[in-house]
Amino acid sequence: MNDATPAVEIRDLHKHFGRLEVLKGISLTARPGDVVAVIGGSGSGKSTMLRCINMLETPSAGEIAIHGEAYAMRRTRGGLEPADRKQLQRIRAQLGMVFQNFNLWPHRTVLGNVIEVPVQVLGMPRDEAVARARQVLDRVGLAEKEDAYPAHMSGGQQQRCAIARVLAVEPLAMLFDEPTSALDPELVGEVLNVIRDLAAEKRTMILVTHEMGFARDVASHVVYLKDGRIEEQGPPEQLFGDPHSPHLQQFIRSIA
Amino acid sequence: MFDAIDFSLLALSSPGWGGALLAGFLRSVELAAGGYLLGLVIGLLGASAKLYGGRVLRDFAEIYTLLIRAVPELVLMLLFYYVGTDLLNKLMGAMGREGIDIDGLSAGILVIGLVQGGYATEVIRGAIRAVPPGQIEAAQAFGMSPLKVLRRVTLPAMTPHALPGMANLWMIATKDTALLAVIGFSELTLVTKQAAAATREYFLFFIAAGLLYLALTLISNLGLRWLERRARRGLPAAA
Repeated sequence: MNDATPAVEIRDLHKHFGRLEVLKGISLTARPGDVVAVIGGSGSGKSTMLRCINMLETPSAGEIAIHGEAYAMRRTRGGLEPADRKQLQRIRAQLGMVFQNFNLWPHRTVLGNVIEVPVQVLGMPRDEAVARARQVLDRVGLAEKEDAYPAHMSGGQQQRCAIARVLAVEPLAMLFDEPTSALDPELVGEVLNVIRDLAAEKRTMILVTHEMGFARDVASHVVYLKDGRIEEQGPPEQLFGDPHSPHLQQFIRSIA
Repeated sequence: MFDAIDFSLLALSSPGWGGALLAGFLRSVELAAGGYLLGLVIGLLGASAKLYGGRVLRDFAEIYTLLIRAVPELVLMLLFYYVGTDLLNKLMGAMGREGIDIDGLSAGILVIGLVQGGYATEVIRGAIRAVPPGQIEAAQAFGMSPLKVLRRVTLPAMTPHALPGMANLWMIATKDTALLAVIGFSELTLVTKQAAAATREYFLFFIAAGLLYLALTLISNLGLRWLERRARRGLPAAA
């Protein structure tokens, strides 16, 4: 595989819940090093699209490939489902997801959360996992907190721990699902700063966000979703500076 | 009447009944512990069947918990014991083997475990449902296998929710052993009755038995409190 292989490739993705069609044919490519920001109003399908990338939602139709490897899918009555559990687990282990509500494991310490996947899924020796966990915790500014339990930390600290948990698996691509939406306003900055640093390192990420200023700063590519379709996409300067779609113009005005 | 109580009747060796009482007590603890553990296993399986099983498994678990919770425990115990051993013997006979004699302890554990399992299924099902789905989703998103998700996330995360209910079930298990006296198990209650009848000292022996049950409860409480503190590590203090 060379660098031209897309880290994440989505082809003609459809998703419906019952009769409600949430995604109506989305195609999107993230090459290694890309920082793709996905913006759009609520109900536009941006979170659903993100969750299809690691099959937390199963597509109704379409194809998704991670680093050139497409998920093996089989047809069901309502759509598709992963056909190869081993492959699914292997691909998932290469994608790190940061959730809106952190979703840390409350019965494990910060360190326990960060070493869990390397040890339990990737089979890394514990010592090595701990050493690596300490490095990534240091990167997100939680070196002092390794023995704390998530419930005893602020939302910003919890989300930084969740980012460390993702960094510990050295993912091919990081998926962020509105990582600052559940945070108190004064805690948003510390999380965005961590993500900004990671973007500067050219880590591949797909970022669903409401933070327009942030998207404009860090993204290499911005995608605007409207009613389950990509209505406009391009470099941030173009999308925010000179939007063509009237919906996007209105959306940007309403946020600003 | 109190001045006539002869405490020497509680002596450990004959003619005292203390030794017999303690043996009965130990038997009660064995029955309770065995039945409780069996109930815990059945509960885990039953809850998994109800939450993750296909239709057949789900219906089966549903009928099981319905029956267990609808019929009085004493009736269930009589049913399981007499009908159960009868069926087993007939089955063995049909297979051309000799009828087997299930020893009393196993039979008692089986009977208590089957009753406990019905309640444990519901306690554990509720506890698993109390785990925020996001924690399980995160484990799946990182590529954990379903079994590993269960072992590393679902079970430890549901434990603090299950403990109060499961602690209750342990208390009930210790007392349900007394019902086995009806079937003729030499557990604490039956032994006490025999001792009391033989010596006509009902007051002395039933008070002694009551104190033994109480002691078991108090010791259990210490253990359960420790377990709950441990399981709740990392959870915010209860509001």
